This record gives sequence, structure tokens and C-alpha cells, in this order.
Amino acid sequence: MLDRRLVVVTGKGGVGKTTVAAAMGLAAARAGKRTVICEVAEQERITQAFGLPAAGFRETEVAPRLHAFSINPEDAKQEWVRRQLHSGALSALLSGSRIFQYLTAAAPGLAEVVTIGKVWELAQLERRTAGSAPYDLTIVDAPATGNGLALLRAPRTYADIAKVGPIRRHASAIDSFISDPSCTAIVAVAILEEMPVNETIDLEGRLRDELGMGLSGILVNGVLTERFSAKEAKAIEALEGAGSAPAREALAAALTARIRTRSQRSQLARLRRGTGAPVATLPFVLRRELERKDLETLSHELERKL
Amino acid sequence: MSVAKLIRRKEVVICAGSGGVGKTTTSAAIAAGMAQRGKRVAVLTIDPARRLADSLGLPELGNEERQVDARRLEAAGLGGAGELWAMTLDAERTFDDLVDAHAPDAETRDAVLSNPIYRELSRAVAGSQDYMAMEKLHELHQDGRYDLLVLDTPPTRNALDFLDAPARLSRFIDSRSLQFFRAGSRAGLGLLGKGTAALFSVMKRATGVDLLQDLASFFNAFGDMSEGFRERARRVDALLGDSRTTFLLVTSPRAASITEAAYFSHKLRDLDLPFGGVVVNRVREQVTARPTPKLESELAGLLGHKLAGKVARNLDDEVRLAERDARNIGLLRDELGRRPMIAVPELPGDVHDLAGLAAMNAYLFGDA
Repeated sequence: MLDRRLVVVTGKGGVGKTTVAAAMGLAAARAGKRTVICEVAEQERITQAFGLPAAGFRETEVAPRLHAFSINPEDAKQEWVRRQLHSGALSALLSGSRIFQYLTAAAPGLAEVVTIGKVWELAQLERRTAGSAPYDLTIVDAPATGNGLALLRAPRTYADIAKVGPIRRHASAIDSFISDPSCTAIVAVAILEEMPVNETIDLEGRLRDELGMGLSGILVNGVLTERFSAKEAKAIEALEGAGSAPAREALAAALTARIRTRSQRSQLARLRRGTGAPVATLPFVLRRELERKDLETLSHELERKL
Repeated sequence: MSVAKLIRRKEVVICAGSGGVGKTTTSAAIAAGMAQRGKRVAVLTIDPARRLADSLGLPELGNEERQVDARRLEAAGLGGAGELWAMTLDAERTFDDLVDAHAPDAETRDAVLSNPIYRELSRAVAGSQDYMAMEKLHELHQDGRYDLLVLDTPPTRNALDFLDAPARLSRFIDSRSLQFFRAGSRAGLGLLGKGTAALFSVMKRATGVDLLQDLASFFNAFGDMSEGFRERARRVDALLGDSRTTFLLVTSPRAASITEAAYFSHKLRDLDLPFGGVVVNRVREQVTARPTPKLESELAGLLGHKLAGKVARNLDDEVRLAERDARNIGLLRDELGRRPMIAVPELPGDVHDLAGLAAMNAYLFGDA
């Protein structure tokens, strides 16, 4: 997976896409790849996790060989206009135009197309940004399923609309790149609950049916260790409320944990049955914030599993 | 605190929050709870993953509201005097309906519906769903068939983006851009003002001429409807700020969603929108026992050393999880001041059916 030029990480909200993207970035950088992680939600959680100030629309090194970049549609749009026009003066004219501002602020899908356009630019061996070195790997921490699909679909939509001309050429180039499984891997992050599993199964189907793309892999986050065997659970149940109040509380917590891990196990089986892409699991890490050392732990886990 | 009290006398409840915090289930649970309390309620979701349909045990939801079978509600312990209706939005269908409603004549309607830009944009793009959510909400409210509308909001890239959707669309088809494109397509560059002509040629260079012509005809077709859109955008805005509307923030106790909830709450205040309170889902309940040596030796007496050790370590994890949640909730409470907060504990199973909604309601409606 890390041998592609671009990895798009998507999945239902709250499943830990940013965590997985960051851990993946660490693993790739450790393997010697010059790597960049793009955030598109303007939250800058990657730089935060590394204890650094926000990167903004700049390639910022957060660890050896690992960079962070935060794409906001406004900067991406301006960069795109400058590049299309090959002229600072002309692009200033456009950017200063109220009509242009209205149109582009409101044009549905424009934010998506310039965002994925910037991701694409970062992933190119011949960078268009003056003075910037190419990356071996670009990882994008993409939005949740529906919006993630919109991001992947946007270049095709714009290419279809434009039919000919520079937008058509540019959008088609992006579309070919993200549709080519040897260049781009699309990865779904999931957790073992009913809705996220449904959504992952749904995502694979929609990628295939609507975009003709496939999932390269499914990373299952937050997998609990099965601490108690069936026999042990029986032994605990057999106590039937014996012991002091704290002991009873501890025993009840153990039985609840057993219910949770069993439910996870059946969701994992359902996910495997419902999808065709390879599934890898990552352990649950109790954390307050996205922290560097947790990311390191996860990145080693990923290295083993990918 | 009960949700019923928070939303008393409200006609529109908008559940906002980041992804994965249980907005959809919370919306459905609130709707079911209010129906149980005698209201005629409709819950609207635009989620394409059809999660709400799953939650309500409906095979599929269309662009029209469908009533949830009273017997199913009864069986789940949610039976009551009211009615529960649910729908998801099919963005394209709704948009077509809208064009149909606003077009002055069949010719204009067909011109818009067959325009390639319209086709692509109405079908393919995430932003149009935000718009349709607001639009449908407004339409159902106008319609007056329901006592209460509960809106489950789309996961947007940026917090409350969807609120601005009608205004953005209205700006998009704003008369100035229209005049510009209409002039460009009809008269040619010669007749335009000097500045506009220059701008037009720059845009042509940036975009390619075909796109520009399609855009021009798109705007031409849309031109006669722009007033209708502007008017609706204005009315949606009025509805959002109305005292009969309230926003509930939904969050999980995890750090990332707490941060986002705090951000939302500021944003709601900045926008001067009616903010009812916060629902925190899936909170790990406080554990009073601690894995002390004393407890461990008692457990060892009951279960043997090996299993007792596991039980103690598991308890330690539980304690830490509950502490994490309590700390994060405390941070949010500091942000919220006196605004009400309702905590729903982590339930043993996933909440994805009516029985799950009933279990949630024991906490949401303070009946537990």
C-alpha cells in the first residue's frame, strides 16, 4: 500500500482517520520515504499531535522525512488560478473580482476539485510548486465517506462539464491518477460497530459502482483485546453476585468487556464477509489526544500488518 | 434534564455535530421520544449511507416522509399517541422538484433540467445536499403537517457549512453574475464594459470556452428563477434564527469531538442562532471501585490469581476511560457555561434499532 504515490484515507466520521493517516505517515517515513500528510478539514490535528504550530498551506516537516500540509480551498483555488494563467497580474485581477469570488465560493464541488488538485500536485514526481522536492508518498486524511467520495468524484465531474480546454485537461489528469490503482490506494478506516461496518461495505460498493474504483484495504481501528475466554466468563458469571461491592463492580465490568469484545468479533466477521478488500486490524489505544508516542506504537503495528 | 423540556414549544430541532458522534441515532431517538409523547414528528436525514433507515427498521427511505409502523414502535416500548415519520433526502430528486416549482414555464424548466452543468452539479456534488436539507426543512415547516421536525445534519467539511448553503446558492445565481454571463453569451465581448471584457477573456483563458458557454446558458436558464431562490434563501435563514427553532449539539466524550463541539457552540453564538444545549453520547459511567491490592486478593480468593489479575487490569482500564470522559466533559461544560447538557451513557450494545433508541431515550428524556 505504501508503494503507491498517493494513499487516500477515508471512512465514517469518528473512526480515527487522522490517527491512521498519521501512523501510516510515520511508518512510511521510517522506511525512508519522503512523505507528506495532507489534512483537508482545516483542523491541523497532525501538527498538533507532533507538538508543532499549525502548518497551514505550507509543507512543514514534523518528523524526519515526514511533512504535514493543510489544504484550505481558498488557497488551493488561488494557487490553481495562478498556475492556469501563468500570470500573477491576471490572477490578481480575477481574485479581486467580486463576480469571480461569488461564483467560485458558491460553485458546487469547486472546493473539492481544487483540494484534490492540490493533493495530486503534491503527489507528482515533477512538482509544479517552484523549488519543492518531490515526495515518495502523499497521504491524504480525506473527509468522511460521502464527502470523501465527492472529493474523488470531483475531477471527473469537472472534466465532464468542461469537455475541452485547460480545466478538462487538468481534471482528467487528476482523475486518471486517482483512478489508477498502481498510483493511488484508497483505504477505508473502520471501527467494529454496526454503522461504521455498514458504511464501509457501502463505501466499497459505491466506489465500484459510481467511480469504478476499488478499495486497496480496510484498516480496522480500536480493536479490543479479548481478555476473557468463554470459560473465564462462565466462572465470573457463576459467582452470581458474590463478594464486596467493589468486587461486584469489577466483575460486572469484566462481563461488560466480554460483551464488547464478542460484539466486535461478530462485526469483524460481518465486515470480512461484506467486503472484498484485505482487512487489517489495529489495537485500541486509550488516549486523551492524538499523541506522538501512541502514533509511534500504531505505526509499528501498521508496518507489521501492511 | 430532559430533551422534552429543552425543546418544549419548538417546531424545529437541528442536531449538529462532527461525524461519528451519533447525530443520526440521537435525531431518531428524539423524534421517537416526542412522537411517544403525543407529537406528530418527522425526522429528516440526508445521509446517503441510509443509517437512519437502518435505525428505524425501514427497508428504504425515499424523498417523501414515511410513517414508522406504530406496531413496531409499540413493540420497542416506544408506543404513544403521536406519529413518527422519517425520510432521507435524495438530493437530485429534490433539486429537480425545486426547479420544477420555480420555473416560470415548461421551456425554462426543460432548459435547466437538460443543461449539462445542472445535471452534473445537482447529481454529483456534496454541497447541493446541504442546500436540499435546508430547503426540505423549510418546505415541511411551511406545510404545517408536523408538530415537530428533527433534522439530522450532513457531515460537512466545515462545521456549520450547511447552514450557509441557501445563501451561497443565492449568491451563486446572484443577478450580478447572471448579468455578466448573459451579457457574455449574448452580446459578445465588444459590448461589455472594459473591465468586464478583460475579466471575461481571463476567465475564458482559465477555464476553456465550452465551459463558459455552458455556464452562460445555465445562468440564462436559471435567470428567471433567481428571485425565487433568493426569496427562499431568505426564508430559510429566517427559519433558522426563529425562536421556534433550536440547535442541539451532539458530541461524544472523545477529545476531538469535544473540541469541535466547543467550536460549534461559539459559532452558533456568533451567528446568533438559537442554541438549546448539548447531548453527550456514549459516556463511560464512573466506576467507584479501584484495582487495589485488597480488591485483587479478594478476587483471587473467588477466581484464582490469574483471572483475578485480568479482572483487575480490566477494571483499571474502565477507571481510566471513565476518567478521560469525565475530564473531557468537564472541559466542555466550562465552555458552555449554564447551557444544559444531557449525558447518555455507553450502552452495552450498538444503538441501531428501535429498541436501542428506546434505551437511549431513558437518558435523553430523563425517565431512567
